[in-house]
Amino acid sequence: MSLRIIINPGSSVPIYKQITEQIRMAVATGRLTVTDQLPSVRALAETLVINPNTVARAYADLAREGVIETRPGRGVFIIPKRKVVHPSEGRRRLEPLLNTLISEAMAMDFTAEELQEAFERKLSQWKNEKGGTHE
Amino acid sequence: MSDQPVIHTRDLTKYFGPKCAVNSLDLAIPRGCVFAFLGRNGSGKSTTIRMLLGLLQPDRGEASLLGCDSRALTPAVRARIGYLTEEHQIYGWMTVGEAGSFQAAFYPRWNEKIFRGVIGHFGLDPRAQVKHLSRGMRAGLCLALTLAPDPELLILDDPALGLDAVARRSLIESMIYLTRRADRTIFFSSHHLADVERVADYLAVLDYSVLRACCPLEIFRNSVREVQLRFAGAPPTLPPIPGLLQAFRTENELRVTCVHYNEETERALRALGPLALETVPLGLEDAFIHYLGERGEKSFILPGSEASV
Repeated sequence: MSLRIIINPGSSVPIYKQITEQIRMAVATGRLTVTDQLPSVRALAETLVINPNTVARAYADLAREGVIETRPGRGVFIIPKRKVVHPSEGRRRLEPLLNTLISEAMAMDFTAEELQEAFERKLSQWKNEKGGTHE
Repeated sequence: MSDQPVIHTRDLTKYFGPKCAVNSLDLAIPRGCVFAFLGRNGSGKSTTIRMLLGLLQPDRGEASLLGCDSRALTPAVRARIGYLTEEHQIYGWMTVGEAGSFQAAFYPRWNEKIFRGVIGHFGLDPRAQVKHLSRGMRAGLCLALTLAPDPELLILDDPALGLDAVARRSLIESMIYLTRRADRTIFFSSHHLADVERVADYLAVLDYSVLRACCPLEIFRNSVREVQLRFAGAPPTLPPIPGLLQAFRTENELRVTCVHYNEETERALRALGPLALETVPLGLEDAFIHYLGERGEKSFILPGSEASV
């Protein structure tokens, strides 16, 4: 696996969340693709020097989200994304993220136009990185 | 495999003269976990560990390891326990290898492969003399001597004391390696909260002789929350808020740290009429520092039924 996960134990983000976020990001940008294999719980724990239960929790969350799957005796793999989240639930989860983004931008005196521009730029950046390999 | 806690204390108490060092401590450590024992210097952690190991008699209450009373640990039970405290004595004139052979004679279950493995992990030469070892290397040797008998229960009293970052990392790696066996339990005290966060499943916090938290690490983290409130003018006086640990005010801001932050707490804070209210997540170290802060309530026990049997 080419992905290098970096964890920061002092952070206000729990370690298991740092792992899930980095894996989710890697999948979203195409650095990890379907059929890629992730290290076993034990292997990742010993690489990152953390408790295996923390890795297990991260993997369990990702499995529940339909990002990865454990195949007994074979390993942990990235799977095609199923629609696990109902669109209205997805919109509900998006709300606070949008609020944070807009309020922070306003606090920094960005105009609505500047924010829109920055947003479009970032979106196309992501699309380019993905290279159209992921849905 | 028994479901009994591997470490159990009930009303464990110790006085040194008029000073209470450990006050009515109830602990139940389940098998197979990594359990961190936290608290400020002088809060009673080492005293507790000495009582667990039968090195010190309690004034009240009881303690047991692997189901055996701490005051009467049999050689058979002692052989299943590994412990590292500050007083670990090794003969300076011996070489690393000789120290291993010497220790091996006391333990029928001595595993030379484990000894060599830990020695190697810390980069120790078996021919090196103990008195020439640096602090970190000495700690590695002590750890090897403790782990080689393949103990079921490992009790470590501030094992990272005085160790540099590399040696500390090797120590944590050894602890994680131990978790390969589901029936192995580690109970350790530490001041390095970043290391604790890497490795611990549960934690207990001793605050000047009194147990103030005993729960899974994640629950402790989630339970302590910082809330920032912004006001148009000077912040109002804070009424008694349940779970308040600390409050810090600036010109038009109030920063409040709470435990068990819930809707009721949020309502009480919103009633102050802030322009904005934002909860800030805390890292383990900050949560710990706020929790033990001088100002604020001192009588909180976090629900810890998962760690109690």
